[in-house]
Amino acid sequence: MGAREFSIETQDLTRVFRVKRREARGQTREVVALDRATLAVERGELFGVLGPNGAGKTTLIKILATLLSPTAGTARVAGVDVVENPWEVRRHIGMVSGGESSGYGLLTVEENLWMFSQFYGMRSGEAKKRIRELLEVVGLADRAKTKIYHLSTGMRQKMNFARGFLTDPEVLFLDEPTIGLDVQTARTLRTFTRGWIDDHPDRTILLTTHYMYEADELCDRVAIIDQGRVLACDAPAALKRGLQGEAVFRLTVDGDRDLGPLLGRVDGVQRFAHAARDGHTELDLILADENALVPVLTAIQGAGARLLSLEKREPTLEDVFLRLVGRSLTEVSEGGGEPPR
Amino acid sequence: MGEARMGHGERVTARPSRLAESWRSLKVAAWLGWQIESNWTDPFLFAVYSVVKPVAGALILVFMYLVVARGGLANPLFPYIFVGNAFYIYVNGVLLGVSWAVIDDREHYGMLKYLYAAPLNICTYLVGRGVAQTAIATVATAITLLFGVGALGIKIPPGGVDWGLLAGALVLGLAALAFLGLLLGGATLLTARHNYFVGQGVAGALYLLSGVVFPLDVLPQGLRWVGKSLPVTYWLEAVRRALLGDGGNEALRALPTGTVVLILALSTVVLAVASVLFFRWAERIAHRRGLLDMQTMH
Repeated sequence: MGAREFSIETQDLTRVFRVKRREARGQTREVVALDRATLAVERGELFGVLGPNGAGKTTLIKILATLLSPTAGTARVAGVDVVENPWEVRRHIGMVSGGESSGYGLLTVEENLWMFSQFYGMRSGEAKKRIRELLEVVGLADRAKTKIYHLSTGMRQKMNFARGFLTDPEVLFLDEPTIGLDVQTARTLRTFTRGWIDDHPDRTILLTTHYMYEADELCDRVAIIDQGRVLACDAPAALKRGLQGEAVFRLTVDGDRDLGPLLGRVDGVQRFAHAARDGHTELDLILADENALVPVLTAIQGAGARLLSLEKREPTLEDVFLRLVGRSLTEVSEGGGEPPR
Repeated sequence: MGEARMGHGERVTARPSRLAESWRSLKVAAWLGWQIESNWTDPFLFAVYSVVKPVAGALILVFMYLVVARGGLANPLFPYIFVGNAFYIYVNGVLLGVSWAVIDDREHYGMLKYLYAAPLNICTYLVGRGVAQTAIATVATAITLLFGVGALGIKIPPGGVDWGLLAGALVLGLAALAFLGLLLGGATLLTARHNYFVGQGVAGALYLLSGVVFPLDVLPQGLRWVGKSLPVTYWLEAVRRALLGDGGNEALRALPTGTVVLILALSTVVLAVASVLFFRWAERIAHRRGLLDMQTMH
């Protein structure tokens, strides 16, 4: 292969929203949703954008899908500038947003999908064949003739997932595609997504998620994003390798305790996050090395807390996020936590 | 999809022209609009509803005319009112059908952002969404006119109808209404769902100012000029001349029929240009402000 081909390129992409101030009528404040984001996604990649809710992931997808104008910077999809030629961009892309129940309720599942295929100029017979295949994948084959107002939100989400793949787009944007889905379905969709990109090396997927596990399992490369800024971008293994010199521990102590100020004073504690779980306090620690554990345990004991469990872990993307941001991903993602695996 | 491959794995897709994409958008949108309009019940009930609704509307008008206005069916004003009302069904159907599709797709079905991310012409898509409403309005108008002729004694002898003028006026009038709908659709892109009331307001204003139920002559001078600047006024004038032989508006009587049609055509062209420009401007603002997936249904 010669020069690298980028399906998606952004350069200093910035988006600022003006939001009305509640406290002062007529005044606005600026919210930076995307802050000079620079990314380059190669053709054939399944590229993840990992970040908590409100990090700017959906804003990024909306700009790339020509739904939102950037305030500054440039973005190209399939080699086409999204601002200068949005019409052309739309011929190359597909988009699925998770966690929503869009669709025409009076149409059947099959009709909804068929109608969409027609906007892309697919032959009707080819579209129907593809619809049958995709409905098998998402487990909706027996619902093909059901009007979608009879479907649950999860089923509609599955239908919309199928819609994203229906036209075999050159670049596919998946915005939190498994959010709110049951364990089995989420697993099936992830497997299908990975298989599709492996089978279609000339296609590209950009997937946003706040599920660390999903990004780790699926993506060739991951950009970690917070408050609109791209903090790191590499293969999941490479990102985790960056923490190899450090020691990652998970501790559980009794009671709901705020040990933050205490741990902040202990030498060797690089980053920590704590969360209340089932009446106990769970601590994720990134230490300079294993030697720093002893003073940590001493400090905890000194605070009157009882150690319930101690686990040395391999670094995860969650730890990478903690290292970069100083907060855990699940801590800042409302309703976050791990996905149904 | 007419795809070929070249070196470096490059995909080269046979590109449809913009015209082909626009035509496709119109066709699919018309199919979708028809499904939405007709799919809410079984076909028999839908057929009954399609007949009963315009007849009921006509009866309400007759009741108002006879009891409230104390008019007689033999009064020459009655056919004027009746025909105006019959064709006003199109105003509600086409104008509101096109503009309401924006709110419907954005907030009810949550599909507007997916449509905007797809290779379709959104203007022809919206017009296409109005096609089903147009078809339903055509049936309703025809039933209303048949009811008027059969039950209320309105004289529209088929031999006396200027069918060419009727067809020409209908095409131009429907185009004007579709473009007016697009104009409202542009406004709807930028505003919350209560913009529906703006649509109703515009339809109401047309009812009063375009000579639907009473001639322009009874309007105050200023409003008469407003009425004279509206394509709907000339559309109804032409339709009445085609069906009844007389437009009924003293203010327009001096105009030859050809001139009425010409004014209708020219005002439709002006409206078309203004509507498309305004819609494109509204789209740019909606893109800038992130309004394409706005949810305002509280």
